[in-house]
Amino acid sequence: MKTTKILSSLAFAVIAITAFSSCKNEQKQGIEEVAINENVETNDSKTNSETVAVGYKIGDEATDFKLKDVSGKMVSLSDYKDAKGFIVIFTCNTCPFAIASEERIVALDNEFKPKGYPVIAINPNNPEVQEDDSYELMQAKAKEAGFTFPYLFDESQTIYAKYGATKTPHVYLLQKDAAAGSAGKNIVKYIGAIDDNVRNASAVKEQFLANAVNELLEGKEISVKETKAIGCSVKQ
Amino acid sequence: MKILVIILFALLLHSCADMEKEAKKDGVVSEVVQKENLQNIEEDLNTEKVVSLNFEELERKYFQKKTDSIYIINFWATWCKPCIKELPAFEKIASDYSDKKIKVLLVSLDFPDKIEGQVIPFIKKNKIQSEVVLLDDADANSWIPKVSPEWSGAIPATVIYKKDNRKFYEQSFTFEELETELKTFL
Repeated sequence: MKTTKILSSLAFAVIAITAFSSCKNEQKQGIEEVAINENVETNDSKTNSETVAVGYKIGDEATDFKLKDVSGKMVSLSDYKDAKGFIVIFTCNTCPFAIASEERIVALDNEFKPKGYPVIAINPNNPEVQEDDSYELMQAKAKEAGFTFPYLFDESQTIYAKYGATKTPHVYLLQKDAAAGSAGKNIVKYIGAIDDNVRNASAVKEQFLANAVNELLEGKEISVKETKAIGCSVKQ
Repeated sequence: MKILVIILFALLLHSCADMEKEAKKDGVVSEVVQKENLQNIEEDLNTEKVVSLNFEELERKYFQKKTDSIYIINFWATWCKPCIKELPAFEKIASDYSDKKIKVLLVSLDFPDKIEGQVIPFIKKNKIQSEVVLLDDADANSWIPKVSPEWSGAIPATVIYKKDNRKFYEQSFTFEELETELKTFL
């Protein structure tokens, strides 16, 4: 009987140790998995190299679209009968450069919508690749950041490709062909960045986009038609 | 007795199944957690610095080498998913071709206030061996065209050069793709 008891205790001890050490392993694995998930993207087989986006140049006619706004409504450029043009900004919920630009985009809309150049924001990202760029989270973003403009979802990922947007934020300033009236074509007048310091609004020296819109409003030729800025590549 | 052992075993297994909740209750498990935390803290204490450069400094220091080495310079950031995904390819190139004169430089475009909180922990966690510098230069419109006139500004982006032979890539790389490009310089 005594031997049985000792044997049982031994067996228990062995089982206990095994069980605990397996706990330890599981936990380590768990931590590593979390680390990997945090850092590595879900499997998207496409790379940027596969899509050679040609896109618009200055002077090209920009296509209209019909995309779903965070409000649930479908929005097209042709809905804006009185607009003189549009500030089309490809942006998203997640990119740090897009987030750093949110307040500035709202300010641009407040300044230029009354003057005939409303902001139209479009999220070009595939939420299957960048899950926080989903339509639902776009709605949350628009509310939280106080967007005063449509925030549209390029669900089929065709519009950004036609424009040639490669990153967020990526601005296309369009001017309606005045001669043709409200049915006029939208011509690309400026492509690029909002200003020369995406990280810090208070350190901006050149407001590229605002300058360009003001030049259009004054009937002048835009002096800086294209600029470059760092952005997050569009997630295909 | 046998039954008791089985019951205890079952209980232990059960405790493994729900580690997170149990961690707080179970003394042994939390000791494990503490040990691991201590290790992390020790690693953090050994952290190297990540140097911040403006573009002029970066260009002078890394873009104008006239040696026989091949320089692979990758622009990335910790928040950029496709960048993170391709980093292992750059690391593998550096180690597989360590007998050749190849230098991999990872230029982080993280915001400068994220060096301590994100960039260095990322390097540690992923055991990045290549040199990492942070490009702290807000006026991207003036320096992006100096890296390449073809660059729209999207990352990841990569420059490979040897002396005056230089190529620019605005794309993500697999290891094989990167190796193919590298071989054109060897």
